[in-house]
Amino acid sequence: MSGNNNPATAQPTLSLDTFLDGIWKENPVFIHLLGMCPVLAVSNSVINALSMGMATMFVLIMSNMVVSLVRHWVPGQIRIATFIVIIATFVTVAEYAMQAISLEVYQALGAYVPLIVVNCTILGRAESFASKNPLLPSLVDGVGVGIGFTFAIFMMGAVREVLGAGTFLEIPLFGPNFEPWVVMVLPGGGFFVLGALLLVVVWINERFKKENAV
Amino acid sequence: MNDVSLWAVFLNSTIINNFVLSLFLGICPFLGISGKLDTSIRMSGAVIFVMLVSSSAAFGIHTLLVALDARYLELIAFIAVIASTVQLVEMIIKKTSPALFRSLGIYLPLITTNCAILGVALFQTLRAYSFLQSVVFALGAGLGFTIAMALMAGLREELELADVPNLVKGAGLTLMLAGVLSLGFMGFGGLGG
Repeated sequence: MSGNNNPATAQPTLSLDTFLDGIWKENPVFIHLLGMCPVLAVSNSVINALSMGMATMFVLIMSNMVVSLVRHWVPGQIRIATFIVIIATFVTVAEYAMQAISLEVYQALGAYVPLIVVNCTILGRAESFASKNPLLPSLVDGVGVGIGFTFAIFMMGAVREVLGAGTFLEIPLFGPNFEPWVVMVLPGGGFFVLGALLLVVVWINERFKKENAV
Repeated sequence: MNDVSLWAVFLNSTIINNFVLSLFLGICPFLGISGKLDTSIRMSGAVIFVMLVSSSAAFGIHTLLVALDARYLELIAFIAVIASTVQLVEMIIKKTSPALFRSLGIYLPLITTNCAILGVALFQTLRAYSFLQSVVFALGAGLGFTIAMALMAGLREELELADVPNLVKGAGLTLMLAGVLSLGFMGFGGLGG
């Protein structure tokens, strides 16, 4: 991760960049290609994508905070195991909370809710940011990266639901003559949409680079 | 108890619902180290081993925790077992083949966060497989992972020689290829019931 090599973020400084980096410049999905499994698997509708984004954001923020609080007491050799146990605890909380709030969404997401544990984004942030920074920057970083992740999975969900079912949040967008592009909600479509979105992100970043250079 | 035949479980986890291409589990190593055929096959070997161990352990843990009425500990227990198995594999590989250890690099400890392995443990619990079914399921899932990795690595080795636009190089192209592979695997849909 480039974040921890950067001297500005290695010191306990808190700036707007800590927050904004997670959303675009260090977007976990589009730039670092982390946490792809849920992004591909549950983005077949907007509501699934948003719930997954929210749950991940909750776990990310909470685990970032706890990891940052205990960072001085955790010995180096067992830090990964410790982080994983902390993350697993919050995922269990999120899983039970989701079951209580909306059983329907919980059943639609299925085994992918407990699988938040192995979302590399969360362990990545714990290892590269929260274990080196105090509470407040870690909290801000968690919110920023969480929003970045939610944004990415929401984009996927929106494209796939609009093209694959002709609806947005289950509201029909096109007339009755619309023929749904079924491949978009199938597994293959997930790969295609993510590939296409990555192209768009690379293209936008290249444009920015050129404009700044001129 | 689930009474699906062992062969159906195997076939289902290997090709019909391939872990990588239709359940989207284990995407990180799939995109990350599928550059070379040799490395990806050895990596898959490590994954199969970890899957078999953690699947058998997960079956025991599940039985124990149901008996103790403490299923909320399941996730934490699963991940702890997987993490320690990965540590074990890491030590074995480091001792027996330092070259392989170097080429796998960061992706070896990352097997811990390989969704495919936790996925095996979770799905076998969800579908109430018996012990034998669980082991076959883990083996099938591991083989499915190997097939996907090998296919992708073969394609990417060829792509090295192809002339593609700069924008598409890297992850974008890999994802498009994965999409095509995934469509191909859908053809196995009706197999085995």
